[in-house]
Amino acid sequence: MTQAREATVRAEVRAWLAQNWNPDRSLLEWRSLLVDSGWGMPDWPEAWFGRGYPLRLAHAVEDEFARIGAVGVAKAGIRLLAGLTLLEHGSDDQKSTFLRPILTGEHTWCQLFSEPGSGSDLAGATTRATRHGDHWVVNGQKVWTTSANHADWGLLVARTDWDAPKHQGLSYFLIDMHQPGVTVKPLRQMNHHASFNEVFLTDAVVQPEHQVGPLGGGWQVAMTTLGHERRRADGMRSGAANHSQVNRAGRIHEEERQENETLMAPYTWYPQRAGRTDLALPRARETGRIDDPVVQQALARLLTLSRAAEWTARRARAALAQGQPPGPAGSLGKLAASQVARAAADVHTLISGADALLMGEDSPREGIIGEILMSVPAVSIAGGTDEIQRNIIAERVLQMPKEPRFDDGPFKDVPKN
Amino acid sequence: MTAEHTFAFSFTEAQQQFRDYLRRFLEDHSPPRRVRAVMATDTGYDRALWQRLADELSLPALCISEQHGGAGFGAIELGIAMEELGRALLPAPFLASAVLGARTVALLGNDTQRAELLPGIAQGTTIATLAWMESPAHDGPVRCRAENGRLSGRKAYVLDGMSADLLLIVAQDSQGQGVYAVRADTPGLERRSQQTIDQTRRLAEIQLSNVAGERLGTVDAVDHALQSVMTFAYTALASESAGGATRLFEDTLSYLQLRHQFGRSIASFQAIKHRMADLLLEVELAQSAARYAAESLALGARDAAFNAHLAKAGTSDAYALAARESVQLHGGIGFTWEHDTQLWFKRAKGSEVLLGDSSWHRARMISELTEGAAA
Repeated sequence: MTQAREATVRAEVRAWLAQNWNPDRSLLEWRSLLVDSGWGMPDWPEAWFGRGYPLRLAHAVEDEFARIGAVGVAKAGIRLLAGLTLLEHGSDDQKSTFLRPILTGEHTWCQLFSEPGSGSDLAGATTRATRHGDHWVVNGQKVWTTSANHADWGLLVARTDWDAPKHQGLSYFLIDMHQPGVTVKPLRQMNHHASFNEVFLTDAVVQPEHQVGPLGGGWQVAMTTLGHERRRADGMRSGAANHSQVNRAGRIHEEERQENETLMAPYTWYPQRAGRTDLALPRARETGRIDDPVVQQALARLLTLSRAAEWTARRARAALAQGQPPGPAGSLGKLAASQVARAAADVHTLISGADALLMGEDSPREGIIGEILMSVPAVSIAGGTDEIQRNIIAERVLQMPKEPRFDDGPFKDVPKN
Repeated sequence: MTAEHTFAFSFTEAQQQFRDYLRRFLEDHSPPRRVRAVMATDTGYDRALWQRLADELSLPALCISEQHGGAGFGAIELGIAMEELGRALLPAPFLASAVLGARTVALLGNDTQRAELLPGIAQGTTIATLAWMESPAHDGPVRCRAENGRLSGRKAYVLDGMSADLLLIVAQDSQGQGVYAVRADTPGLERRSQQTIDQTRRLAEIQLSNVAGERLGTVDAVDHALQSVMTFAYTALASESAGGATRLFEDTLSYLQLRHQFGRSIASFQAIKHRMADLLLEVELAQSAARYAAESLALGARDAAFNAHLAKAGTSDAYALAARESVQLHGGIGFTWEHDTQLWFKRAKGSEVLLGDSSWHRARMISELTEGAAA
């Protein structure tokens, strides 16, 4: 029966694409059509631009799009996280205002969670939102904000109650980034890139209808956003997300390429921060260092680690595909990725000799090697440090008890930065 | 590189049942106190239990073809069996007889020799072993000589060499390198038990003075066939190590949950939690490496040898780490004779060097990449 259903759906989407897909349309025109048809987000509810399909059918639809190279709705960047969060926690008004321009790509979004004083301890945010008459006024500083430099809207976590325990005093807002109270400055990293921003909020205004979820219920909403972010990161790490960058002709493809270029600009060094294990053997060969037994040992250790990590991810995926829990293998990917990245950087250093002193055009492989060495430290910090990851594994997977806490009283009394 | 799409990365229901059944059987019949009793005996294994494993589970027959009285299973089932044997730390000549011995006869023997030797190994009535080493190096030179079917020389580090009824001896002869089948009671053969750190895995030294033996098979490709036997054995030992490391991890976790110091469970200390998270990663990576190597062999992947070296290095490193961490995290009790962790610790130490240490296997990985089939 499900087979028959899938065949019907495939036939339907093919017919719709045959009638509507035209690469000479503008991207916006096409996406508007797509969003209204429900084919852009087939697993979303029918009331909100979807068709209420189970994931398997949604994949079949994506597959039909990929088959003819049809462009999908805007999914890259933070905006899809915003969409998924609003779908779950947003009011109907918020959904009708924001979901459509998210999917058409008209609005870009950023995520205003991390602060200089609260990184791992996200719930320790001290950016404050205070009620002034009929609106909220926000003061504080956010950091590590990807895309804040071009975002139209931000997902904001701010403290609205200082007497409540810290997780219960936070509220979740949507903030208009185009206003005088919001200042965005690029944050330069140790690898010379500036992929993130600092965002200064000085009497920035949030409209009351842009509060998501209940007052004091911001932490739960933020957990939804972070859950989607983590799933996406896991997917990218295990190579599940497959952005096919086929060079196709047509106005729509040109516009999509431009959109991707802007969105992906912060991420050009991401392959390097993962260590580029793929370059280790070619580099060992091209330099002749492959004959050194010390290099051989280090290279073999790296390959052992990276292959075993890849197979561990595939075991977890195979378990999921069979409807079983992914087991511990599913939680270990990030920790494994940090180890692989460090081991790869060590191997690149060992292979490169004094060339590991260099960067830019003087560094081997047009600067890639230098960039690896300067970028790898990010892997074990971004998206949750290895230390936090180890706590999560120990407490959630291994059921080891939590440490005693000292931050469960009123937040105003909790020691902070 | 390989037919990746055919890798399952998971077990079938039948394979899972086999694992569950074997695990229960070993829990019932070879708990740690039984392991201790058996390891203190002269032979170092329980012949009656071995016979039950043969009669009721066809364990020694696992990878022998049905034509020769075996169960006809492949590397994946062998991997499951080895994981469970490693988990239970069963003292038995499985690796020597059912893996090295049976595989050597299957790959090197002619039809008559296979028909003569394999059924006994399958039934558990013949214990076979392969004697290839003379010096401490896994791939050290072979000086043992065979002339006109008569062997002279010395072999050492022979797995279960005292229990073996059938010794498969690697020797130099007029045709190069050969493997000779020698019955243990043949005149001129003398053996003595070598004292091992791991009392659950026995080694022997064999002296051969003009001992009559029968050369296995023909001249062709003895070295290549022996390499295939070894690839099979590396993969098997990798699975055993993954199983042992998993057991150590689980036992350590249970202990940490029970033990209280400074008024709280020591499992609540971050210093302990982080070590366990790191160890879990190593243990899971070891399982993945062992299972992928087994699946590569079962599918006849071109890089099966590369994956076997990878798995042997990766799992024995992980096992040694798990053993070190296990003793350390248990504290004082972990260093006592009475506590069982020491039993697995010693198996882990042995498996670090048995069938070649990790550095040797890593060097072989790179040779496979630069000159072998995996390139």
